[in-house]
Amino acid sequence: MRIHNGTRGYLVALPFHTKRLYLFLASILLLTWANLHGQEIKVEIPSDSVLAITLKEVIVISSFNRALEHKTQHKPLSTLDAYLESSSKLNMVKRGGYAWEPMMNDMSSERLSVTIDGMRIFGACTDKMDPITSYVDVSNLSDVHIASGQHGAEHGAVIGGAIDLKVEKSDFLPKEWNGSVETGGETNNNAQIVGAELNYSDERFYIDSDIIYRKADNYVAGGGEEVAFSQFEKYNFSANAGYKVNKGQKLTATFIFDEARDVGYPALPMDVSLARAFIGSIGWSQQKFLGDWTNWETKLYANTITHIMDDSQRPDVPIRMDMPGWSDTYGYYSQARLKLGQHRLLAKLDGFYNRSLAEMTMYPNNSDEREMFMLTWPDVRTLNSGLYAEDMINFANSSLRLSARLAVQGFNVADEFGLNSLRIFYPEMAQRQTRLLKSVSTQYQKEFEKIQLSTGISYGERAPSVSEGFGFYLFNSFDNHDYIGDPDLQNEKALEVNAKISVPLKKVKLGFEGNYFHTMDYIIGEIDPTLSVMTIGAEGVKVYRNLEYADLYNLTLDAEYEIIPALKATGLISYHRGTDQDGRNLPFISPLAYNVLVQYAKNGFSGSVTMRGAAEQVHFNPEFGEDQTAAYTVFSFSLGKRFSIGNDNLFAKAGVENVFDEFYSTYTDWNNIPRMGRNLFMTLSYAFN
Amino acid sequence: MKIIKSVFTILVFSLTFVACTDDGNDPIIAVEENPLADYNKLTSFSANDHTIEIYSEQNSYTIGYNELFFRIKDNVDEQYLKDVQVSLMPMMHMVSMQHSCPKSEISKTEDASVYKGFVVFQMPGNADEYWEVTLEYETGGQNYAATERISVVTPSDNKKRVNVFTGSDEKRYVLAMMPMSPEVKVNDFSAMLFKMENMMSFPVVEDYKVMIDPRMPGMGNHGSPNNEDLTFDSNNSMYNGKLSLTMTGYWKINLMVENEMGEVLKGEEVTEENESSSLFFEIEF
Repeated sequence: MRIHNGTRGYLVALPFHTKRLYLFLASILLLTWANLHGQEIKVEIPSDSVLAITLKEVIVISSFNRALEHKTQHKPLSTLDAYLESSSKLNMVKRGGYAWEPMMNDMSSERLSVTIDGMRIFGACTDKMDPITSYVDVSNLSDVHIASGQHGAEHGAVIGGAIDLKVEKSDFLPKEWNGSVETGGETNNNAQIVGAELNYSDERFYIDSDIIYRKADNYVAGGGEEVAFSQFEKYNFSANAGYKVNKGQKLTATFIFDEARDVGYPALPMDVSLARAFIGSIGWSQQKFLGDWTNWETKLYANTITHIMDDSQRPDVPIRMDMPGWSDTYGYYSQARLKLGQHRLLAKLDGFYNRSLAEMTMYPNNSDEREMFMLTWPDVRTLNSGLYAEDMINFANSSLRLSARLAVQGFNVADEFGLNSLRIFYPEMAQRQTRLLKSVSTQYQKEFEKIQLSTGISYGERAPSVSEGFGFYLFNSFDNHDYIGDPDLQNEKALEVNAKISVPLKKVKLGFEGNYFHTMDYIIGEIDPTLSVMTIGAEGVKVYRNLEYADLYNLTLDAEYEIIPALKATGLISYHRGTDQDGRNLPFISPLAYNVLVQYAKNGFSGSVTMRGAAEQVHFNPEFGEDQTAAYTVFSFSLGKRFSIGNDNLFAKAGVENVFDEFYSTYTDWNNIPRMGRNLFMTLSYAFN
Repeated sequence: MKIIKSVFTILVFSLTFVACTDDGNDPIIAVEENPLADYNKLTSFSANDHTIEIYSEQNSYTIGYNELFFRIKDNVDEQYLKDVQVSLMPMMHMVSMQHSCPKSEISKTEDASVYKGFVVFQMPGNADEYWEVTLEYETGGQNYAATERISVVTPSDNKKRVNVFTGSDEKRYVLAMMPMSPEVKVNDFSAMLFKMENMMSFPVVEDYKVMIDPRMPGMGNHGSPNNEDLTFDSNNSMYNGKLSLTMTGYWKINLMVENEMGEVLKGEEVTEENESSSLFFEIEF
């Protein structure tokens, strides 16, 4: 499965794909031809950026009757993971067919904040098999807000950025009853998707509900090899409601239930029999607040996650084990805005309390022996209280954005058994600890003629995650090491510089964006040769340590070409690099990557052709379990059509992913599991008003 | 669960408290409290118009270290003898020979009618071979001896807590693990080492070293970090160290005994090829 090809460079690799490139170009021509023979009625494509230039990105998800032709997503009922993967800022670490882990700026979960409508949620799996994004579905969401670096500080103490998943709400639009049913299927993994939503909304009250069910078998990699244990099944239900108490005063409530069963993880030695989340919140918002402060918004929330990892489906394991985990979070935030001359202020007070507990029970092959039990997360209670303030100052042709966050974070290892376990490694370890987390950020934006320039400098800190601080023999199958947390880790501190320039020419828009993170006390697992492994077959034990520093660069060049109003081509090429103080390559840094998307949308007809690929990975590090990932290019296309039936709409979409059935895996594919081969999909949505 | 437990505990305590108050109202009943009520009475026998009672935390005499408590009752006046000099002699009656085992002096406790000491049985009794204990004591200016056959068994969990071995110095030793309640933590861990001078004499060996290497054979024979080898403490004549147990389950504590010269008398290092030392203790919890 591992592909080593030291001599084949990126440029050399291209000719292999020239045939496919021709096909790609041919399809563009086809689309152009289709356009010439269509009617000249312009269909509004929803813009995916709020401001012309911003470091934020918004992925539109909401159901088709609100945003018919999704600009970025060619497969409407795909998993949320596939939506996120289409973002230029995100990469997805993949351990199987389900529950991919988002990475931004080459940083993953512990350096990001992932929130649902501002609610903090933490996965319950010690092996990161349940990123927060796996506990919602596209049916719940309207869009995803992605904020890079300290721009994500609004949601918490972060280094890499923030992903805020926005729940779809009717929001008092006078639409009365409306709803939709959707169904989809995919050929590669026999995926079946059925969903429905029913909403009622008037000016006083709204209630939205949706339900979705997905089931997929093992998928087949390019070339026909079946990837065992890549199946999954999940169902999700959500409801949210709002009531206008008075003019300008709203009471809202959200509830999401999500359950996945029989989820296979081909890249890992274990699967998940159950991953379940209950997520709920109530909110109060009112237009007026104290003095000149407005838009007061307060939310109380709670969520609880149960994650049962087991290996009962695996035929050959050296020892049977169960690894359940639980994560409960309770939190709140309250924020208000103030407009004062050129200043637009936002002040936010927030806090959360999380309880993370995970166990491991191993069943000896000798049934006379007692089972072996340990706490892998020793019931860690995290209490975080933060204050965030932001000021946006607008000048004639420029603006300045200042923001700061100050947070106090306390850890308490509540379980005596777990505390004693960790004290084996750290005899002097205190049961409680408190950390102060600071963040400041400035961003300056200026417009010359039509060229827009934005540059910023920021500083941010984060506390170690539960695994990094308190993990106890967490097996990482990627580098084949057991990991031990270190409660005495320093906070990670990042100095970040970013710049973006956007040059709109006549029909072409060019953008160049770069950021650089100088992260001091970068937390990573380092081999401790004095420790003996716990997991059978593991190579060694790593302990989380602070590196002196790590440097991460991310450079992106994007271009958008409007061939004709209905036909648009976008392209993106990105370069990433990550090293530590000794010049050692850091893991999970993307090789040179590119994608080209040609979209056509007109008259309810839409089509898209996508080319995605990456060059051969040059900078990788076997010390962290990495090997060289070969270059690849994959193509996909889709066609969609909307039909009007009275007041109702029927939307049909079909397409092919990985058209040429390429066998490939990317640098984010855990243990090089291959990606899906050729896949035909079809979705049908019917919306009634 | 914890909450339920503590509520239950409070309930039990309050009930007990209520019960005690009721008893307190009735001063006529004055039962003499048995200071060893929390222990198990393993043996009770009569000799010399006295009743000898032997108690232990365990519910049987087992091979390995046994802490024992003794009481001697005068059968005439039903009073327990206080502040007497007691000594103990265990004896194994084998088919062809007899021998004793390591044991301590019998000392007085806070309660003048209770005496205590320990015995390290190296082997269990069987159909043809048995242990006997002889208690010698002096009261009223007269010496008495009382002998009783006892049943020494292997512990119910069948785990090894005592080793009898011949060292590379050709001497016989007895190495006994001190009782402990193992937990997932760094445990205090102790053992006692005796040299067999002859069939009857087993003095404590001083200033040797007992090296420990805990392993889980059921899980790839992995070990644990931050263990401390056992070194001699003259205050209690024991070898004390630290034992790290990273999870519950079955642990094999591989041992090596070194004399004061640093020469290994018994035991081998655990390596990839050598899964276990010939000298070991076992723990399961």
